[in-house]
Amino acid sequence: MVEASVGEPLLKVRGIYKSFGAVQALADVDLDVPAGQITALCGDNGAGKSVLIKCIAGIYEPEQGHIYWEGRPARIRNAHDAGALGIETVYQDLALADNLDIVQNMFLGRERLRHRLLDENDMERAAAETLAGLGVTTVRSIRQPVGSLSGGQRQSVAVAKAVMWNSKLVIMDEPTAALGVTQTTMVLNLIERLRDNGLAVLMISHNLNDVVAVADRMAVLYLGRMVAQDAASAFDRQSIVEYMTTGGVGLTTTGPGVGARDGAR
Amino acid sequence: MAPADRHPVGTGMPVAPEPAPPDTALVDLTAAPEGAAPLLPPEVIAQTLREYLRVHVLRIRSGESGMLPVLLGLVIVAIVFQAVSPHHVFLSARNIVNLFQQSAVFMVLAMAEIFALLLGEIDLSIGYVGPVGAVIAVQLVQPVTTNWPWEAAIVVALLACALIGAIQGTLVTRLRLPSFIVTLAGLLTFNGVLLIVLAFGPFSGYPSLIGRSVNLHALYDLMWGHVSPLMGWIIMAAVVGVLSLNLLLRDTRRRQSGLVAPPLSITLIKIAFMAAVGIVVVIVCNLNRAAIGTLEGVPYAIFIVLGVLGIWTFLLQRTRYGRYLYAIGGNPEAARRAGINVNMVRTLAFVLCSLTAGVAGLLYASYLGGMSNNVNGGQLVLYAVAAAVIGGTSLFGGRGKIVHGVLGGLVIGGIYNGMYLLGLAVQWEFIVTGLVLIGAVTIDSLSRRGTASGSVGR
Repeated sequence: MVEASVGEPLLKVRGIYKSFGAVQALADVDLDVPAGQITALCGDNGAGKSVLIKCIAGIYEPEQGHIYWEGRPARIRNAHDAGALGIETVYQDLALADNLDIVQNMFLGRERLRHRLLDENDMERAAAETLAGLGVTTVRSIRQPVGSLSGGQRQSVAVAKAVMWNSKLVIMDEPTAALGVTQTTMVLNLIERLRDNGLAVLMISHNLNDVVAVADRMAVLYLGRMVAQDAASAFDRQSIVEYMTTGGVGLTTTGPGVGARDGAR
Repeated sequence: MAPADRHPVGTGMPVAPEPAPPDTALVDLTAAPEGAAPLLPPEVIAQTLREYLRVHVLRIRSGESGMLPVLLGLVIVAIVFQAVSPHHVFLSARNIVNLFQQSAVFMVLAMAEIFALLLGEIDLSIGYVGPVGAVIAVQLVQPVTTNWPWEAAIVVALLACALIGAIQGTLVTRLRLPSFIVTLAGLLTFNGVLLIVLAFGPFSGYPSLIGRSVNLHALYDLMWGHVSPLMGWIIMAAVVGVLSLNLLLRDTRRRQSGLVAPPLSITLIKIAFMAAVGIVVVIVCNLNRAAIGTLEGVPYAIFIVLGVLGIWTFLLQRTRYGRYLYAIGGNPEAARRAGINVNMVRTLAFVLCSLTAGVAGLLYASYLGGMSNNVNGGQLVLYAVAAAVIGGTSLFGGRGKIVHGVLGGLVIGGIYNGMYLLGLAVQWEFIVTGLVLIGAVTIDSLSRRGTASGSVGR
């Protein structure tokens, strides 16, 4: 396997369990997210994708299992812990305030101050640099309210907001779900640029086209279990669908292995 | 959507649209909404005076009218009442100062309400919370009972209001009760509290501010006192000077940081406008407005209103707290995820709302020359909400400025005053104010539709 030679992945999840009442949302889930790669997390509705990323982002705390960050055990109890490690999440709803402008949104909750007052100039400059670094050039002014932006531009702002903070891992929940063709391309280019900048990207997507287009690694959840995890080249469209819909019953002997646990299963 | 409409046109700037979709059958619902470009603040894209004006016109035509409707409304109120008032006294110096004093309570109360409105909440209680604060102060300075110094009485009154705001805010944020209900209960409760506090002392429920005591005088002067004509000029020059300097410095600093600043001509026009308004105000106030004897000078009330306006504008525009208030009004979930202590910010907004209402209450007591059970707090609060909305603040949260309260309060005060001059009965004042409010909300709602703020297809 190609991944085995890369060394320690940036994020290692081992044996995570999470349940809500009687519903076992995640059972014994392993996941590797290496730096400088796009890892796609696939699965049908209710497979546990969102729960898994929320466990990583600090929204939920898993009941069992371990998370290793840069090889060391880490405890992520809330979003603040995740942010301190360098994990940023772009949720599907983007969490942008329409009435605030791009700069204000990008710095929301982390405003820069000068003499205890908002340092607008400094923030505006830094926001402009980040957007330029991501190749986001379609916005007319970074002082325009986010409510006036197109869907792709909003997604770009949300991503820029996430990468501003020396983050090492950007988690994206369905980044292209609400976008048209052109804007999807624009966002996928942006995701590739994050990877090229050395960040790890963990992306949830329903859209197989997107996944096939950009993912370096794939992980497939089925009913709360990780049924396949390997380099993207080890999958074809057929096998992904098979894993997503049946958990890969007919594939386990020939398809890629669970991988992350080094044959423990 | 016709392809030609897909991208905003006509702002004179290089448009950088996404390339047209290959298949026109795939209508991209997330593309930039039509007319989005004029939403931009003109400062950020216009580099010359002409462009600036053009962008302004575009913004207005696309529904993002800002403060224009309320300014137009003020002009209309002034013209109409000047034309129809007996002997055309509406715009006489005497009546303008009078009008301003009548409006001061509405203006400050509207500024208070804006804190709640920015959150998308409402505070119905301030019509009585303010008077409760006022009656506490009025009672405390009575020479025959407590005889407190007026400064201490004001501080205690404002603290009492802040405490009331903290209690109501906590009920709204921690127990997640609807603010409408909590503050409706507050409207009733504090009406009762007002009556109880009024009954203290040997005043038969009418503690008055008329008398020889210095402390009574000080409270009475909040509304009726004024500075000397010379002092008026000095203060006006100082205020305009500081604001202009601030404006120029900010532009210079932006240019130094390599950021886009508005063209100098715009800034100079703004400064000239500020100076003109200041000069007119001082000239008008310095005219002798007494029927017999001399009465001239800028009333304290103007400084109190401008002070509240200045401090709260500064808080909302320049501090973290203000930014968080707008963020919560726009998208509470985004604010929460950004690590903002949403409950704290919201509770504090109710505190500031009630505190400001306390200032309005003190002005009201001064205006009445005392306190009585004659206070119609229900009507006061409705006027406050109306003034804020007429001024341009949205009822749906996240959009509005403190200055809207001042402008809306002037419109309400102007109608009130003009109707009074015409000798029309109070029912006509209610009806006209109601119609103006409907007009203002219609403008708010139409402009929202025009700009499609954010989610397309709403």
